[in-house]
Amino acid sequence: MKQTPLYGIHTQLGAKMVEFGGWHMPVQYGPILDEVKTVRSKAGLFDLSHMGRVRITGKDAVRFVDSIATNHVAKIPLGSIRYSLFCRADGNPIDDLLVYRGPDEVYLVVNASNTAVDLAWMREHSRGFDVHIDDQTDAFAMIALQGQVAESVLQPLWEGIELAKLGYYKFGFGTFLGMPNIRVSRTGYTGEQGFEIYIPADSAARCWSAVMEAGKGAGVLPIGLGAHDTLRLEAGMPLYGHEIDATHNPVEAGLNFGVSFAPEKGEWIGKSALQAVAAAPRRHLVGIQTPGPRVPRQGYKLFQGEREIGYVVSGSVSPTLDTNIGTAYTELACGKPGEACEIDLKGKRQPARFCALPFFSRTRK
Amino acid sequence: MRPNDRKYTETHEWVKIDGDTMLIGITDFAVNELSNGNADDLVYCDLPEAGRMVEAGETFGEIESVKAVSDLNSPVAGEVIETNTAIEDHLEVLSKDPWNAGWMIRIKPNSKNLDHLMSAEQYEKHISQPH
Repeated sequence: MKQTPLYGIHTQLGAKMVEFGGWHMPVQYGPILDEVKTVRSKAGLFDLSHMGRVRITGKDAVRFVDSIATNHVAKIPLGSIRYSLFCRADGNPIDDLLVYRGPDEVYLVVNASNTAVDLAWMREHSRGFDVHIDDQTDAFAMIALQGQVAESVLQPLWEGIELAKLGYYKFGFGTFLGMPNIRVSRTGYTGEQGFEIYIPADSAARCWSAVMEAGKGAGVLPIGLGAHDTLRLEAGMPLYGHEIDATHNPVEAGLNFGVSFAPEKGEWIGKSALQAVAAAPRRHLVGIQTPGPRVPRQGYKLFQGEREIGYVVSGSVSPTLDTNIGTAYTELACGKPGEACEIDLKGKRQPARFCALPFFSRTRK
Repeated sequence: MRPNDRKYTETHEWVKIDGDTMLIGITDFAVNELSNGNADDLVYCDLPEAGRMVEAGETFGEIESVKAVSDLNSPVAGEVIETNTAIEDHLEVLSKDPWNAGWMIRIKPNSKNLDHLMSAEQYEKHISQPH
């Protein structure tokens, strides 16, 4: 199992470490629900070094990524970022990712658990394209500061870039803690304003400590993957292996903003299958809330009376909404916000209600 | 050292002879694995009705934390004659006192033989191995 360059810091902080996507990662430093509240009220620092970072260069970089990704890469303005997916010919995703478009590169951030599959997929489909695929996962670390005080905590550590002028899903480069040409984006997986920073692996520990020190007065704390999962679910953001996977496509998951059928994009892997799904979807992703006591979990079935109408794919206690929440796939006829259903718990039923996604977000609505 | 007056399972339940009956609960190790030391991370405990018959190793209930659900398995076969319903609304009891106040079910066992279970010393070894 792999360790990020911040492994030593996590163990020093007393984090509970778990295996995640082939990496030793901190699931929590303290109570998970307190960590969620810290991010919602102040800001939290995350180690995201396990995520895959892949830089694509060469004269065909844009055309190549357009041939395998669902979004329209040629239409992304320079300096902007778009959500996208890699799908198989059957329209089901092998991963979802963020696509950063620069003047001389397309930079991809993919899930840790799928990085090896993604790299093999890219190399396999790069034949005939003039591209260079550079896996930068190990050379770089990635940290995120998410929450309302993130911008004011981080700005003093930067020179040559004004974070306030960096819009949502935009990226830039600046001098961070004296290191020139450091990539930073206003992105995140929490529904909060915040930034993701890409630093050389050997500077990760120094950068982490500097951000913690800068954020001490503002209440910044380290946050683990447990809280990260709750934050992303509250924000209605999909997680590979839950809302999307080898049998759950992005169209039925409501991720149409990440899928382009524009003729100018040309052909791409999975396009015709997803067009067919868009023309005749069979199910949809909806939110559910239940006062408890049980938490919705992946695989739990949903009923209306004796009729099974769907199943849960994610769930969590939500400290922000003070109830238990989840996402579920249901038949198209069900799932209107406010409509009632029941969660089956080994024969026992617990009342729940459908609701709109996201549950909470400061970045969209 | 965990209490020596009872026996343990590999799935972190304990069983203690109490007259003609047996008390069953889970160990401090199990509670800590579920809650990571934060009593508030435990959200739910589902216990059976009195009268339920269980086999040795059979799941009699579930305990749920913020991030996971775990089965509760009976170390012995018998009839559930009482459940500690007080813990359902006060899960923090499991963090404070898993050995006494945190008992979960009382069983009228088919047999008093506990030889198939681990001693406190064997259980210590079991949890000190990488898992």
